[in-house]
Amino acid sequence: MELLLFGKTGWGDELIVATIMTLAVSVTAMLIGFIFALIFTPLKLSKNKLFNLIANFYTTIIRGVPELLVIYLFFFGGSSAIMFVASIFGYNDYIEINAFFTGAFSIGIISGAYSTEVFRGAIQSIDKGQFEASNVLGFNKVLRFYKIILPQMLRLSIPNLSNVWQITLKDTSLISVTGLVEIMRQSYIAAGSTRDPLLFYTVAAILYLILTFLSMKIINRLEIKYNKGY
Amino acid sequence: MDFDLIINSFPKLLFASITTLKLVSVSLFIGLFIGLFFAILRIKNNIILGKIAYSYSYTFRGTPLLVQIFIIYYGFGQLEFIRESFLWAILKEPYWCAVIAFALNTGAYTSEILRSAFQTIKPGFIEAGKSLGVPNKLIFYKIQIPIAIRQSLPAYGNEIILMLKGTSLASTVTLMDLTGVAKYIISTTFKPIEVFIIAGSIYLFFTFIIHNVIKFLEKKYSF
Repeated sequence: MELLLFGKTGWGDELIVATIMTLAVSVTAMLIGFIFALIFTPLKLSKNKLFNLIANFYTTIIRGVPELLVIYLFFFGGSSAIMFVASIFGYNDYIEINAFFTGAFSIGIISGAYSTEVFRGAIQSIDKGQFEASNVLGFNKVLRFYKIILPQMLRLSIPNLSNVWQITLKDTSLISVTGLVEIMRQSYIAAGSTRDPLLFYTVAAILYLILTFLSMKIINRLEIKYNKGY
Repeated sequence: MDFDLIINSFPKLLFASITTLKLVSVSLFIGLFIGLFFAILRIKNNIILGKIAYSYSYTFRGTPLLVQIFIIYYGFGQLEFIRESFLWAILKEPYWCAVIAFALNTGAYTSEILRSAFQTIKPGFIEAGKSLGVPNKLIFYKIQIPIAIRQSLPAYGNEIILMLKGTSLASTVTLMDLTGVAKYIISTTFKPIEVFIIAGSIYLFFTFIIHNVIKFLEKKYSF
């Protein structure tokens, strides 16, 4: 048990820092995912066949290919892609991109595909009358989206977004393969140097359980709060 | 784009996908029984058994699959009594460790799917069976189970696809499945895009087949 104490001989403080890292990556990935979702949801709902095709291509591929493969693509392909762009501008040295950014970006792309589907479903379940009423009142498209569709869409998508959050949180464990020190990586290091993998992986599992438990509590509160008027 | 690499690595990846398919089918088969067992515990009105089944599914759904594999593969080997028991013959093989982790994981999700399917069966079906004098056992096997299977088909289809993607984690415990071989080729050639395209298409092909088989079954057994 003394292995879990704080200070130089224990791994307690390292594990807490790693937990914060996991949270930071998950939140960043979720936000990057939102950006992707806000780009691809309109494409998916648009009447243009080409836009539909692009958005479906994105969501189908990302949701049909293992997360680990996507992470490998960005981990191995990310720096060479950036170096290629840099070489056009005459910079030829080796560039290594930050493990945090690669991880958050690859998980973000994955969570974006799921968020896109959630937002699409939410918008499609908004009553048609809302769109018609805003047309009658003379809202333009941008204003209609921000003032009428977006607030309702967010409320309707909270339950499904909570699933996406859980998936994202669990997917961050896969970034450990890129060397970013989050819960999984830290447990791996600790297990290697103390030869006690059972203890540290069990602690990792408990830390993930605590994170999922707490986030479920918070999301349930949010859901109650935003459903007050209904 | 390196077309030689694509042509050369395609057979290797295709061969590796046999391991992936084996992992998926074996763990789904075992997981189905685990899931059915815990789903039945949940719908029996026994509080303690229900709590046990719930904490099982909560734990396995609340932690990443990677942690589960690592606990089983790295963690259990350290216990003295496991190494001395007959279990060691199974647990020293990465293949079986992965299968156990996948089966327990998919079992947790399957138990939730089946539980909700059992709970949505209209009480009228069971009452009709009772009023016709059908014994309880037969009501369960001939009425509840067939309806529950039909109800859970769409959700179970998603679970199969999630499992197909989940088996990629077998590569983290030295198994050379589709993702494992893909990673090996990427790290020796540094051509991630080409390899991603082939490995990704093989996965998408399997997803496509699973999706359509489930769709066909749904149509066939719809009522």
